[in-house]
Amino acid sequence: MEQKVLVLGVIGSDVHAVGNRILDYAFTQAGFKVINIGVLATQEEFIQAAIETNADAILVSSLYGHGEMDCRGLREKCQETGIGNILMYVGGNLVCGKQDFEAVKERFLAMGFDRVYPPGTMTETPIADLRKDLGLTAD
Amino acid sequence: MQAVLLIDFGSTYTKVTIVDLVKEKIIGTARAGTTIETNIMDGLKAALAQIPEPAEGWNFVRKLACSSAAGGLKMIASGLVKELTAEAARRAALGAGARVLHVFSYELTLQDLDKITASKPDILLLAGGTDGGNKEVLLKNSEMLCALPICLPVVVAGNKAASGQAAEILKKRHDPVVIADNVMPELGVLAVESARLAIRDVFLTHIVKSKGLDKAEEFLERVMMPTPSAVLSAAELLAQGYGSERGMGELMIVDVGGATTDVHSLAKGDPSKPGVMLKGLPEPYAKRTVEGDLGMRYSSEALVEASGRRLFDYLGWTDEQVACQLGLYKEDPWRIPQTEEEAKFDVAMGQMAVGLAVERHVGTIEVVYTPFGATYVQHGKDLTLLPVVIGTGGVLLYRSDALEILQGAVFNPEEATILKPQQPTFYLDKEYILAAMGLLREVAPQVALRMMKKYVVKL
Repeated sequence: MEQKVLVLGVIGSDVHAVGNRILDYAFTQAGFKVINIGVLATQEEFIQAAIETNADAILVSSLYGHGEMDCRGLREKCQETGIGNILMYVGGNLVCGKQDFEAVKERFLAMGFDRVYPPGTMTETPIADLRKDLGLTAD
Repeated sequence: MQAVLLIDFGSTYTKVTIVDLVKEKIIGTARAGTTIETNIMDGLKAALAQIPEPAEGWNFVRKLACSSAAGGLKMIASGLVKELTAEAARRAALGAGARVLHVFSYELTLQDLDKITASKPDILLLAGGTDGGNKEVLLKNSEMLCALPICLPVVVAGNKAASGQAAEILKKRHDPVVIADNVMPELGVLAVESARLAIRDVFLTHIVKSKGLDKAEEFLERVMMPTPSAVLSAAELLAQGYGSERGMGELMIVDVGGATTDVHSLAKGDPSKPGVMLKGLPEPYAKRTVEGDLGMRYSSEALVEASGRRLFDYLGWTDEQVACQLGLYKEDPWRIPQTEEEAKFDVAMGQMAVGLAVERHVGTIEVVYTPFGATYVQHGKDLTLLPVVIGTGGVLLYRSDALEILQGAVFNPEEATILKPQQPTFYLDKEYILAAMGLLREVAPQVALRMMKKYVVKL
């Protein structure tokens, strides 16, 4: 079967490189082709990478608490550039302070993300979700 | 005597260099106006006649040429995303010694086709999609290009999964259609070598003839490559060395011309300080940039405009004085400065051209403030530690103050984000032989290298 392509990166002015490397490793081990655009990635870089590589999903990380600001408008830009239906996940320390995760999740779902992960999520969860969402599971 | 004849059919001048292969020295150099309209051989013969012929007559063991005559190698590049494959295609074309007329991104439009028809490029370079990535754009653009009213050579260097099909489509209208490796096989990976070779191949087999250069091929062995390609090749040899003969290491060549200023750098350009993050498309080790608005004569007006206040501050002239001088150059592009004031203007213009061209060639560093403090992000090449800068081109050669003109290439602490060389040693291609040595490299690389080390002198 053709390898599914994921664009992976840390959005905004965020320089957390370690988690990015771990995710790259984990998704690659799980059989995905990972296009890692690294840290300090802009929305445009995610979209450009996805267009050029014909990616199946965009995976956004944000660790520094400003994720809400950085992620806003990403889905709309995808729509504008012709990849409006692409699968989008987001995870990390998305917001500042101790906010109720369910409320945070709702906000990001409303922004157009397909899945939102709380801090401390293990890589197995998004991998399983990707397999399901991309139709890779047996069922 | 084992003499080799090396010719550069330039846009204005045909330059000949005769080299003694055994003694590794220049027997003579000369130039005459290029005669592309009539017969390219006339200009060549006129140049050759200026070098005293030995009693036994010339006995050239090799006769090689490069050319930028008849507009040079004109190319149009096209890719998918402007900053990604379209930029990679542009760099591949530049690296092959081309003049890039237009760069298109995404799907070609009817307006784009009109531009292609109007500008009549010699070669089209079609890219788009990483390997296994987007296929649609390459196929759609191929279909679109079939609607062109003219038949053009096309090099396809896009997504490998679609390039075969794209070539089949293109062959319906265009000839030749050549497939090269993808200029961006993976995101953020630049691989221009295969496209560069394909472009050169098409140049040799097709362009040479269409430009009337084949008339010279009866006399010569062949026109080997576009002139900028020869210079880049010489630069590469000079930097890397050959066999046991050591090169000069990382270096930059600045070619100040009447119409353009070319900058070639042979350097990795990795960050010179720790903790700097690299962003953007990686740069090729052998990088060439061409600035069409920075020239000493044909584009002198554009150069004055581009340099702005800096030129006036340096000269201390009024607007009228500058306009008057520009008028003189407009009348006679090959005017040699007559007075000291005029010479001063030339030096100032040269320094501005070098300064701006190098500024656009090198990378930049910016401070990004994150919640964890300042971080440094570098785009392009960091050439602050580059040890060697070589000047070439007509403007520098006939001047005693080449060093002052070349100072434009030096790092300016007031513009600390522009990563120009900080303390380079300057050299001058005194005999104007770099293009010729690029040609000589094809047959005798070691000799070419040793001759460059001899004739490229320290300032």
